[in-house]
Amino acid sequence: MENAEIKLSGKDFASDQEVKWCPGCGDYSILKQVQSTLADIGVKREDTVFVSGIGCSSRFPYYMNTYGVHSLHGRATALASGLKTARPDLNTWIVTGDGDALSIGGNHLIHLLRRNLNVNILLFNNEIYGLTKGQYSPASPKGTITKSSPMGSLDHSFNPLALCLGADSTFIARSMDRDPKHLRAILAEANNHIGTSMVEIYQNCNVFNDGAFFTFTEKATKGNTTLQLEHGQPLIFGDNRDLGIKLDGFKPVVVALDESTSTDDLWVHDESDLVKAGILTRFFDIPSAEMTLPRPFGVFYKESRSVYEEDVAIQINQAKEIKGEGDLNSLLAGANTWEVI
Amino acid sequence: MVETKEEKKTVTILFAGDSGDGMQLTGSQFTNTNALFGNDVSTFPDFPAEIRAPQGTIAGVSGFQLNFGSVDVFTPGDNADVLVAMNAAALKASLLKLKIGGTIIVNLSGFDKKNLRLAGFLNDENPLTDSSLGKYRVLEMDVTKLTRACLADTGMSVKHIDRSKNMFVLGVLYWMYNRKLDTTLAFFKAKFKGKQELIEANTKVLTAGYYFGDTSEIFTSRYEVKPAPLPKGVYRNMMGNQATAIGLIAAAKKANLDLFYGSYPITPASDILHELAKHKNFGVKTYQAEDEIAAICAAIGASFGGHLGITTSSGPGIALKGEALGYAAILELPLVVINVQRGGPSTGLPTKTEQSDLMQALYGRNGEAPIPVVAPCTPSDCFDVIYEAARIAVEHMTPVFFLSDGYIANGSEPWSFPLSKDLVPIKVKKLSAGGDDEKYRPYVRNEKLVRDWAIPGVKGLEHRVGGLEKENETGNVSYDPANHELMVKLRAKKVVNISDTIPDQNIEIGEDSGKVLVLGWGSTFGASKTAVTELVKDGVEVSQAHVRYLNPLPKNLGDLISRFDKVLVPEINDGQFVKLIRDKYLVDAIPFNKIMGIPFSSQEIKEKVLEILG
Repeated sequence: MENAEIKLSGKDFASDQEVKWCPGCGDYSILKQVQSTLADIGVKREDTVFVSGIGCSSRFPYYMNTYGVHSLHGRATALASGLKTARPDLNTWIVTGDGDALSIGGNHLIHLLRRNLNVNILLFNNEIYGLTKGQYSPASPKGTITKSSPMGSLDHSFNPLALCLGADSTFIARSMDRDPKHLRAILAEANNHIGTSMVEIYQNCNVFNDGAFFTFTEKATKGNTTLQLEHGQPLIFGDNRDLGIKLDGFKPVVVALDESTSTDDLWVHDESDLVKAGILTRFFDIPSAEMTLPRPFGVFYKESRSVYEEDVAIQINQAKEIKGEGDLNSLLAGANTWEVI
Repeated sequence: MVETKEEKKTVTILFAGDSGDGMQLTGSQFTNTNALFGNDVSTFPDFPAEIRAPQGTIAGVSGFQLNFGSVDVFTPGDNADVLVAMNAAALKASLLKLKIGGTIIVNLSGFDKKNLRLAGFLNDENPLTDSSLGKYRVLEMDVTKLTRACLADTGMSVKHIDRSKNMFVLGVLYWMYNRKLDTTLAFFKAKFKGKQELIEANTKVLTAGYYFGDTSEIFTSRYEVKPAPLPKGVYRNMMGNQATAIGLIAAAKKANLDLFYGSYPITPASDILHELAKHKNFGVKTYQAEDEIAAICAAIGASFGGHLGITTSSGPGIALKGEALGYAAILELPLVVINVQRGGPSTGLPTKTEQSDLMQALYGRNGEAPIPVVAPCTPSDCFDVIYEAARIAVEHMTPVFFLSDGYIANGSEPWSFPLSKDLVPIKVKKLSAGGDDEKYRPYVRNEKLVRDWAIPGVKGLEHRVGGLEKENETGNVSYDPANHELMVKLRAKKVVNISDTIPDQNIEIGEDSGKVLVLGWGSTFGASKTAVTELVKDGVEVSQAHVRYLNPLPKNLGDLISRFDKVLVPEINDGQFVKLIRDKYLVDAIPFNKIMGIPFSSQEIKEKVLEILG
């Protein structure tokens, strides 16, 4: 009876290790949503691998009762690329942070995205270095005051999703630690996408950067500051769903929805539209926008493109068709031999 | 004209020309023909780091040295008997390598005013017209002009015609050494498949060169180099990097593992990647990574997934891999790390050879992270040694360093290749099901202190690995002081235990005790062997031992060393192995070093041995 499939619960995906993030850390919620999403999806624990880099978020694999690799700072993407190329059958998840993925691991990230291996990347963005006790990260807005930037950071920050789209990512989405339902839905969509799925998760570091995203996550403000993207639906937001976004050429404009404005005039979200996805990723740094644009959450963009590990397998099969299965004795002998008698 | 035949035991030819003159191709064709004829051969390509350095200058000279003989040859030759100089710069750069009384074949067109000026001959100085080449025999021919004449009616452009001039020289040499053109003609057919005009043009020029030798009156004699009395067997010609690639495929096949090769292009290691990429029908996965770090991390990932993970580089690239090497050591996953050493530090001398990364391989990581190190001593030996590296990696669950160098990598020699069935089996112990324990413990060890390889996809073996110190047996993260010391010692002892599985160190040449032991490693093998062989013949009490296992060292090495009055350690570096020997065995080993980017000559080693004997 051991092969009878028993439906696993989220708890079955939890390892026996004590979770050691700071009390109140946003990582707890993400861990829980990942565990319950895996149970919902119905993947097997033995076919699932979590690969992480270094940083608070990268302790993640230790808490998962699956296979796991806690790798080197910035290298989760590189290691997972080799693993997935070797083992296309494994359900592979990369857990990384804004420092790990965008700073020390920036190079591997963009190369993974262009190769488009079928893996899921969870980028926990808290706009700070947590594990090293609070220095500004490449996602920290310019002027952030930290221990290493007492007069404000001078570095212009990365826009993570714009960066990923620029690297030809085939799936980009954003979610947050404080909206479990939304996060589970996005994780499931990321898992369904064939290709590299990049999910930026706004995660609160309550010790070193508390409240960095509260304006988007707290009830009092989030209605007017966030925009939930849904494929085929017009861009509507606001506490009373009375605000919309339309495009004036390439410029997004916030409009009040009243008798004079029909929802037919609004921008309708299309996940396959690369140009519009590009505008969505830049909602918070479009200088020409007259009003503050809401922060989009959901799936910005997805496209279907061949995945690297499949192309590798196809090429190996082609080589076998053309040359025949490799024969070691022929390889050892080569084409030109002579005999000494 | 009377033709005489003169018999030679060994001949060393140095082809030198502009890096665009095709000297590497000429040299390798001449090598293949002689190898197939049955000569023992040894080669040494020597080319500039720049792909096309300014034409006609010393910086742009590309050389290919080849030693072939009817007797065993162990080196590409100390000095050349024949120098082919395609231009004035090639002559100037290579003349010192020619024996007094040697022959120079010069291409006259390469000695015009412009070429002489570019080579730095000033004030109308011309070595061909003054008496500066009086100690040599100079054979002049206008290769450029003859080649152009040969292809005048083909309608090809002068630029294209000139590319064939190396084939004219090759034809002349085939005549001089009484060799058939067949190997090269077959090469043309394969290389220019579908381009009939190129096959015909090159054939025409090669044949013209051959007949030029036959009919022109500048040659008074042909040389005869008979086949060498190599041990019975079937042979092929083999280059070092090629042997490394084939050895990896063989090891993967015999271990029944898929091969994953993560690499970033770097001289002089890239040819291994090129060779492996040709053999995808063996299921080989070559992964050209975005950088050196990604290359090793991807290989570690593949290894975690149950593949034979390999990564390759040269010195500066290995420096970048340092952190990941320590990581592979603490994970205790199989990984083969190839370093085709070149001159350093930093970018150093990319196309020149050196043995200066031994300390890097032994110690170049943070923390206590011992890694086994093996080194091949000749081009074909790369096959056996990389096979050993792979065996040690999977049987002992550890990263293993393979230290080749530019001299071995690009050199070639005849190889009596094995049959697949004669290769030693590689035992892989992958767990196929979870054990009785409720929870799998990934760092439980066997009697050799080796842990199991638990591959994702197997139910019941779910576990986590990482670079944080792990608790003994469970592999859980642990900061316990005593546990850390225990784990450091366990990982070190695991590497030491490998010495139980490697052969005892042998004496290559000479008695097993005596006055001097020439103790080397890596590519100094041939020069040492030639030197010691000749000295023994002269009655000198000297022996040679050459070490392939550098960590752990063979168990009997200390005893072997103690039976000699003096130990001489020749190395192409500033003294690294000698430090290890002094450290391990407390002997006053004598360093003998050359740091010029070129190998030792056997003469240099001979003289040094005689010097320390007083």
